[in-house]
Amino acid sequence: MPQFLKMFRGSTTAGTPPLAPSQERVPRRSTGFQEFTKVIQAREGLNVLDLGPTSPTNIHYLTSLGHKIYNVDVLLSSMDPALLRPGEDGAAAVDVERFFAENLVFRGEQFDAVLLWSVADYLPELLVKPLVERIHSVMQPGGMLLGFFHTKDAGPQAPYCRYHIAGADTLELQQVPRFRLQRVFNNRHIENLFHNFKSLKFFLARDHTREVLVVR
Amino acid sequence: MWKARPDEKSSGSAAPAPSTTNNTMSTMPATTVASAGTAAPPAAAARTAYVPQRPAENFRAEVAHIGKSVLIKGELSGSEDLYLDGEVEGSVDLKQHSLTVGPHGRIRANIRAREVIVHGKVDGNIAGDEKVELKKSAVLTGDITTQRIMIEDGAFFKGAIDLLKDGKSQSGDHRRELSFSATAGSNS
Repeated sequence: MPQFLKMFRGSTTAGTPPLAPSQERVPRRSTGFQEFTKVIQAREGLNVLDLGPTSPTNIHYLTSLGHKIYNVDVLLSSMDPALLRPGEDGAAAVDVERFFAENLVFRGEQFDAVLLWSVADYLPELLVKPLVERIHSVMQPGGMLLGFFHTKDAGPQAPYCRYHIAGADTLELQQVPRFRLQRVFNNRHIENLFHNFKSLKFFLARDHTREVLVVR
Repeated sequence: MWKARPDEKSSGSAAPAPSTTNNTMSTMPATTVASAGTAAPPAAAARTAYVPQRPAENFRAEVAHIGKSVLIKGELSGSEDLYLDGEVEGSVDLKQHSLTVGPHGRIRANIRAREVIVHGKVDGNIAGDEKVELKKSAVLTGDITTQRIMIEDGAFFKGAIDLLKDGKSQSGDHRRELSFSATAGSNS
């Protein structure tokens, strides 16, 4: 990922457990999720990959639609101290090869839908591009991904949130104070990031967030 | 196989006991037990075939119990409900009975049981014929296959969940032709 993408450099450090999330959940309407829901409600038996923190409500919602759900908290996994090695500048960095050897390995499973949420904005830079490539490799052609990306106006303190599905077009956001924004992507950056995919559709939300639907 | 020890009845870290009682004779073939600091639980013993329902406070005494100091390597199987607060490496097969992994439980094994309740840490796949529950302190890395699932907020889960409908996987083997509408371009 080019350095110029890095607008804000956070201080996400590995080795310490995440702080407890806020108990407050703020409802938020989501056009992107509404579109996503139309797709996953259209048929049963889809394989859905949720890359956010474990959410009982998401698991309940998706399994009640008759889907099989895979949950991998990518951001938390990236903080595993066992994955750190000395970087070029002497600072600890994630061992990318080892990370992908231990995470997102699905033994031939292919996904029809992927919930990326806002993980890409908070993930260590070394992992972003390989993550998207791995997602591409495990998605069905025609499969759909939903991602949220902060705009520049969100500011460097934009909190990381867990996304809980509260309805067909509504999400509940729960702040997790442990993670800090690492960068922001503009539309061009997002298109470059997903250049292997078939198409992208953007929805600009009021809370300085772009909701992006990506079709494999 | 493991009978309750009187001194564990008052353990402060006790998790809720399984919801059913159906003790019969238990077996644990090919199991190695290594106890750290305390004597190993007594060897297998035959019990009477039927034990009537007991009040909840007396229930735990009727459930086989593996304490937190016990390490088991190998195949753990049985035909009675089990409360497991120790470590297991290998496999756990309780067939038509329930397994509760206590808050100190550390399981590196595939689990098969009628009902599985997890308070501790499991690294392995869980096949719960009827129900799987992950309590808020649970840490599970592995896949779940069951008919009903309950996950408390705070539980950590990494893996797949496949809910069975009439004993069959919902996802099935049939692959669907996807025809998601692909709208190119940007709306913003």
